[in-house]
Amino acid sequence: MAVTLNAKALGYQPLNDAVRAATGDIEITECFGERFIAASATADKKLLIHGVPGNALGCYMDGASVVVDGNAQDAVGDTMNDGEIIIHGRAGDALGYAMRGGSIYVKGDSGYRTGIHMKQYLDKRPVIVVGGCTGSFLGEYMAGGLLIVLSLGSGDEADVGRFTGTGMHGGRMFIRSKNPPRDVPEQVVYRRAEADDIASIAPQLSRFSELFGADKELLLTSVYWLLEPNSTNPYTQMYTNN
Amino acid sequence: MAVNYIYPEQEIVRNYDRCIACRACERQCANEAHEYLPEQKKMTSDDAKCVSCHRCVSICPTRALKIVRTDHDFRKNGSWDKKNIYEVYKQAETGGVLLSSMGNPLDFPIYWDKILLNASQVTNPSIDPLREPMETRVFLGAKSQDVTRGADGKIIPKTTPQLELSLPVMFSAMSYGSISYNAHESLARAATELGIYYNTGEGGLHEDFYVYGANTIVQVASGRFGVHREYLDAAAGVEIKMGQGAKPGIGGHLPGKKVGADVSRTRMIPMGTDAISPAPHHDIYSIEDLRQLVFSLKEATAYKKPVIVKIAAVHNVAAIASGIARSGADIVSIDGFRGGTGAAPTRIRDNVGIPVEMALAAVDKRLRDEGIRDRVSVVAAGSIRNAADVVKAVALGADAVYIGTAALLALGCHLCRTCNVGKCNWGIATQQPDLVKRLNPDVGYRRLVNLMTAWKHEIEEMMGGMGINSIESLKGNRLMLRGVGLNEKELSILGIGHAGE
Ligand code: SF4
Ligand code: SF4
Repeated sequence: MAVTLNAKALGYQPLNDAVRAATGDIEITECFGERFIAASATADKKLLIHGVPGNALGCYMDGASVVVDGNAQDAVGDTMNDGEIIIHGRAGDALGYAMRGGSIYVKGDSGYRTGIHMKQYLDKRPVIVVGGCTGSFLGEYMAGGLLIVLSLGSGDEADVGRFTGTGMHGGRMFIRSKNPPRDVPEQVVYRRAEADDIASIAPQLSRFSELFGADKELLLTSVYWLLEPNSTNPYTQMYTNN
Repeated sequence: MAVNYIYPEQEIVRNYDRCIACRACERQCANEAHEYLPEQKKMTSDDAKCVSCHRCVSICPTRALKIVRTDHDFRKNGSWDKKNIYEVYKQAETGGVLLSSMGNPLDFPIYWDKILLNASQVTNPSIDPLREPMETRVFLGAKSQDVTRGADGKIIPKTTPQLELSLPVMFSAMSYGSISYNAHESLARAATELGIYYNTGEGGLHEDFYVYGANTIVQVASGRFGVHREYLDAAAGVEIKMGQGAKPGIGGHLPGKKVGADVSRTRMIPMGTDAISPAPHHDIYSIEDLRQLVFSLKEATAYKKPVIVKIAAVHNVAAIASGIARSGADIVSIDGFRGGTGAAPTRIRDNVGIPVEMALAAVDKRLRDEGIRDRVSVVAAGSIRNAADVVKAVALGADAVYIGTAALLALGCHLCRTCNVGKCNWGIATQQPDLVKRLNPDVGYRRLVNLMTAWKHEIEEMMGGMGINSIESLKGNRLMLRGVGLNEKELSILGIGHAGE
């Protein structure tokens, strides 16, 4: 049953109680920083949010789908297990923190520590696609999944800040840019993506174009840098048993 | 010729008059310290391989074995003892960071042993727990701050979620990965039978143990291993791990080689990959940020479960605990510097943190002074060894305690402190199937139940002696404590008088 909830009238706890109780299409109007929307929500919920949801949108989410017609704040999709979050604007810091499954598409930029602790497990391979640029520490401690930064609207040069891939030990990261990333630690290797690498992310690029009306041809023919963990140089600090 | 700088710490002494060369010790030692010499038809052993876990001593049918601390030593030197000399040798040889396990073994003061309990004489009669009812049950969680009445004048109940414990003791966080499946099963079943809780640690929850969910506290650490909707739903409470007493400021790093099929399933990461959970939660830089994680977990569990925040006892623990109480957490757990661990850098384990006795007293006082003591329950951990320590902790202000090492001792641990090696001969700190099966969960769980049942009787006796019939009346009742051999400063931090005062 479709429900419409006015965030302003409810405040965040009653709003989230109402979302928990509802199933089917859930439309939230006048959203202005209400936190934790769709926390641990399952596949029986489809949310459309007008306005700006607060921190930890879709935390521990487990199958629901969420569309935001504006910007979102920090920790979108924290520890998300399944489902899809689509943001027609920008997202804040720690986007997809420790996300294990499902996908997040952001039309614009995202903040610091995008994809931190992102991981994968069996058939669960989380996907984050950021249309714009990101803050520093992109993919920090990344342990799995797929992270794509398109840097649209910033010429052909990605601005992803510094320390990309610090602590990365799994997964794959694609950055669309003329120039290679900076400050990549020695535990991470990067190279220009080959045609078959780009072909492997074609479904995500198509989905992005379809959602936000981006030029799919341009996306498929651009220069990407592919970052992966350097398996010959892992994080084994040498220990001596004592 | 290779020169070996290190003389083994212990010597295996075999009484050949008793040894029947049955070779049981050889089969049981995962460190391969014993060996049969077929030509001479006798046993031999290599002291250098012995970790002093006493497995062989315990199974030898003729009691032919004992392990003794070696008397081989350096020339006496007040500043350079053997430990420091050997650590230099080890690092000079390997260039490695020293790694240890279990709690800080050094000779720091144990305040529990310098605190004595009161008992009633003449005027305030003591209570015989065998004859009169004694209440050891506690409820952990925020307590209502005010009373609201409806139009009819009746009280409107608004209780926040609570954990109900039959006695003020829980099994502390030990992850599947650091300890074995059988150890977890023993803890889970014992907690269920006793009406207390065990804690999964940060390694996720094995699907077989969801049935014990009503007595399970699940942990959420910075790496979020194994954290998902069903994991949170299964539990009775959720603990955010901010720190650990054995290694404050240091995170967890389970090397890929310890992530086998089963551990990979519960942590929800591929087999053979490193599980890194750094000390900082990179989304938490303030109490407000912590509040966000607390409430995200409350939202995810529909406000039905208490949220615990676990921190290590560090210098300004009281201020930190005050912040946690204001973050919306229901319970704060404080882990002292003697708390155990599966692996920690030696320097950190031996040099960082403060005693939980001091931390607990400081936290309880601070929360009382600020008028927010009822907003959170306080759990003390790290070095609780017996029922008297529990009673003293409660009188210093704890609502309950966590025990880790004591629980492992009940399961057979002999404190050899080589958990980090993963070859625990007692089937506890290992994932090797042949070793794990040495710990029979039917026996293990029984031993834990026995231990807790015994402690409960002892707690009741100590309470009865003080003329107290409910553990609630003991909480923060520091008049029941006196210090011996403590200086003014120590007494003032503990908030207790000296014996004779
Ligand atoms: S277990 Fe005892 S009797 Fe058997 S071989 Fe070893 S020392 Fe000898
Ligand atoms: S758990 Fe096992 S390895 Fe660790 S100290 Fe105890 S007996 Fe030794």
